[in-house]
Amino acid sequence: MNLVQMFSWPFMQRALVVGILVSLCAALLGVSLVLKRYSMIGDGLSHVSFGALAVAVALGVTPLYFSIPVVILAAFFLLRLANSGSRLGSDAAIAVVSASALAIGILVISLTTGMTTDVDNYMFGSVLAMTETDVVLSAVVSAAVLVLFVLFYHKLFAITFDENFARATGMRVELYNTLLSILTALTIVLGMRMMGAMLISSLVIFPALTAMRLFRSFRGVVLCAGVTAVLCFCAGLIFSFARSTPVGATVVAADLILFLLACVVERLRKKV
Amino acid sequence: MESNELIVCRDAALGYEGRAVLTGLNLSVSAGDYLCVVGDNGSGKSTLMKGLLGLLSPMAGSIDRAAELKNGAIGYLPQQTQAQKDFPATVYEVVLSGFLNQKGFRFFYTAAQKTAALQAIGKLGILELKDRCYRDLSGGQQQRTLLARALCAASRLLILDEPVTGLDPAAAQDLYKTLRYLNEKEGMAVVMVTHDLRSALENAQTVLHIGKTSWFYGKVEEYLQSPEGRRFRKEEQ
Repeated sequence: MNLVQMFSWPFMQRALVVGILVSLCAALLGVSLVLKRYSMIGDGLSHVSFGALAVAVALGVTPLYFSIPVVILAAFFLLRLANSGSRLGSDAAIAVVSASALAIGILVISLTTGMTTDVDNYMFGSVLAMTETDVVLSAVVSAAVLVLFVLFYHKLFAITFDENFARATGMRVELYNTLLSILTALTIVLGMRMMGAMLISSLVIFPALTAMRLFRSFRGVVLCAGVTAVLCFCAGLIFSFARSTPVGATVVAADLILFLLACVVERLRKKV
Repeated sequence: MESNELIVCRDAALGYEGRAVLTGLNLSVSAGDYLCVVGDNGSGKSTLMKGLLGLLSPMAGSIDRAAELKNGAIGYLPQQTQAQKDFPATVYEVVLSGFLNQKGFRFFYTAAQKTAALQAIGKLGILELKDRCYRDLSGGQQQRTLLARALCAASRLLILDEPVTGLDPAAAQDLYKTLRYLNEKEGMAVVMVTHDLRSALENAQTVLHIGKTSWFYGKVEEYLQSPEGRRFRKEEQ
């Protein structure tokens, strides 16, 4: 089957549009999150997002309308935790939040619809999950994320590189940290149903790590992360359709391969 | 406040959550001053620094800043953080970020700011490192980069937090030389918290010694005669 036929399916078109937008957003935000040592927050948010999704389905409301506010609230909370006190305490707290949200989600599902294939889809994602409404909402939110990211690029750089300096020179660091966490929360909610709750955080982390192996400037890392993320998503989507593998896992595998390649390139460069 | 005074503390008390760490702080920094803050660990040096930067408001008394410093136009050289050690960013990118406080509602840097950033990089003698990655630099080169960034943020006052920590002696001497140049030739006021008492005394005009029980604030020559200073001289011998 060739590519034209593959993307003549409406569900594949939807998956492609949402996937590209979400992976681009996730990768851009991911550079800041990884460098600020906030990688775990992405993971925590995806589990909260799973819990929210389960509750929304049980209540019969449109999942995105319910999970977006819940996950944004969780993002506020997790960021507070991450910035307060000891690193160990906040790590443990994030783990507690993740596990609790996951447990609540699973309980709600088993008490209402029962443990069906739905759970499997939420956990590991499904390419069929995207509806027409999701596509529109994803496009709007991703556009907002991209615009805000470009406008605040320099400020995000400053708070990522050196929060103390930024604060001393009168920048409203908390405001930008909050912005960062809201944008991350939105991205994760949008991408979760296709990529799966267990795998979405890799969209945030992998491209940044790959790009950091290859580039020396912040701008280079950001651009490379964006390109890497989109490429890996497209490759993963095509492969998953061709071989009927789950899309989330396939995309993560593509990310992993590229990351390993980048590590090899970095090694070779150091030797020269 | 007199016209050349940049920061004036009057009977200021600083602390956290209602508990004062420092009390009765009187101190003034004017244009062209070079003040070193020394003292034992836990004596409140970092607290004082936060007060001077305006990150902590005094619990009593007052800390006044000159109008031009109010919008954060303070050249601050913080201690390095763990995250910076493997940070992918070029020297130029880091230095430019010093201008952020002057951007107001604009989102991008102006051509004039880009030129000024290059000038600051040149002033610190690291122009050839402009496109190098920050994480690949030596400790001394990293401090120069951060100093260039501080110069972009402010033209009259530099506040440095333990700038020579982790530097080898030669790089530390280089940094002191640069600071003295900025202080003498460009009239930049320098406030430095440091453990390196010997070099501090060679360079500074005034010393603030914060002890657990006693204080000293005055000229370097007077400091060497004071009980705190005598203890230092005894250690030297």
